[in-house]
Amino acid sequence: MSIAITTQFICFTVLSLVVIIGALGVVLLESIVYSAFLLGGVFMSVAGLYLLLNASFVAAAQVLVYVGAVNVLIIFAIMLVNKKEDLKPINDIKSRRVISTLICLTLLSLLIRVDLTNVWSLSSPQNSIGEESTIRIGEHLFSDYLLPFEVASVLLLIAMIGAIVLARRDVMSKDISTGLPVDQELIEKSSEPLLTNKN
Amino acid sequence: MEYGLDLEYSFNEFLKGFGLSGEIAHIIWLPLPMLLVLVAAVVGVLVTVWLERKISAAAQQRIGPEYAGALGVLQPIADGLKLLVKEDIIPAKADGILFTAGPILVLVPVILSWLIVPFGQNLLISNVGIGIFLWIALSSIQPIGLLMSGYASNNKYSLLGGLRAAAQSISYEIPLALSVLAIVLMTNSLSTVDIVNQQSGAGILSWNIWRQPVGFIVFWICALAECERLPFDLPEAEEELVAGYQTEYAGMKFALFYLGSYINLILSALLVSILYLGGWGFPIPVELIAKFLNLPINAPFIQVFTASIGIVMTVLKAYLLVFIAILLRWTTPRVRIDQLLDLGWKFLLPISLANLLITAGLKLAFPQFFGG
Repeated sequence: MSIAITTQFICFTVLSLVVIIGALGVVLLESIVYSAFLLGGVFMSVAGLYLLLNASFVAAAQVLVYVGAVNVLIIFAIMLVNKKEDLKPINDIKSRRVISTLICLTLLSLLIRVDLTNVWSLSSPQNSIGEESTIRIGEHLFSDYLLPFEVASVLLLIAMIGAIVLARRDVMSKDISTGLPVDQELIEKSSEPLLTNKN
Repeated sequence: MEYGLDLEYSFNEFLKGFGLSGEIAHIIWLPLPMLLVLVAAVVGVLVTVWLERKISAAAQQRIGPEYAGALGVLQPIADGLKLLVKEDIIPAKADGILFTAGPILVLVPVILSWLIVPFGQNLLISNVGIGIFLWIALSSIQPIGLLMSGYASNNKYSLLGGLRAAAQSISYEIPLALSVLAIVLMTNSLSTVDIVNQQSGAGILSWNIWRQPVGFIVFWICALAECERLPFDLPEAEEELVAGYQTEYAGMKFALFYLGSYINLILSALLVSILYLGGWGFPIPVELIAKFLNLPINAPFIQVFTASIGIVMTVLKAYLLVFIAILLRWTTPRVRIDQLLDLGWKFLLPISLANLLITAGLKLAFPQFFGG
């Protein structure tokens, strides 16, 4: 085994372990803040796996979009609404856990079956494009993948407008959650009185 | 364009002379440029800290550091030593793991970004194909570290500082990336070496600042905001938030933040000089000087001369920009958080979008000036 292959093998093992353990931590940890930070670690390791596959542009885009935007916004939202709240205990928590474990295992076995039965067309190291992939991705986005690309951007636009409508109370005459008429004067005013529950 | 000193090749040949295999020589070579750039970055920080103290003193008609070495040049080293031996305190109710991981997450991406900073045709660690995009991606990791340390400190000022830092960094990343995109459009490449070579045609006249004046200003404003320099230092606004996310930090962990912010400032200055001010290019093309002196461009003397001129020019331009940043610090008031977000989303974003569109149009209309 040459040094390059050994390095690649070690990197792959470490990254895969981080992805698997990190993803388990995201699901199983009690503290939501730890879950959010671990999610960032998982995204980073996936970017590392892309790097190992010579897809440096995809790796950088993964870091920029998932770590830099999605994960930061998740953490941001958690910290803004970090209310100490006692959650109601759920009675049938055990049966729920069993059912969700079963569903997840079924999905996993489906994925493993797809992985084993599908014939993957792997490119050999000789004809892999490597650094040229950025140009190829651009070409595809402006030719045969133009329609999916534009549809995805329209979808994002719709989601954004929806978020604005939900966030700005003066757009609607009634509060969505409570059904009470909305005070049109002050947009930032909370729908629930904040300082009245002092007794 | 394959000229220039190839240090790696000569070093590997030198080691092979001792009977080592090519692979082992390569492994011995690999850490050398990284170590060199790391040392350069840290020395750059020491110089910047000294400059900052001296220039702020001059701006306020004081003398500044005076006793440690001539003109106080050893003051930053004294500061660093002090931070090194200070007690490392983790507050009792803080979250120990996140509290320690925060500063590391802030510093590591900044240092990694030095991978793509070229000081000459072959004087960079790695000419990766995604070049400048790597820097944009890496700089987006930083807010996670800031949020982490802000949360872990268990202090309201820290949390507010961390939230402000994240909001600021997300807002200013977009105009920053768009103004870089306009440059990339003109270069047809993401690589920093290609970006500099594209500006090397006619010396100072072919620098991108003349073709991208709007992009230059937008980029500079956004770079200052990303470095959290005044007028955009809201995350650590000392009059309101004590020191923002750094409030609870002491000793070496604080030093990591300090180091990170100054390395980031130098990195931003270097990138402005690479993207807009011709990088390692001399205002008069070196080829012209060589022709004037009747020397062949591949002569060893000219090669060494070009390389040293390149390093000197890159550092000189970067420090000129650092000087402007320090002067801005003492001449502009801090913006409010709503003004900051307004400036980012309602002014810089539309302007940089328009700039990108106009650049694309000009590229189609005048391909010889705007990169065909």
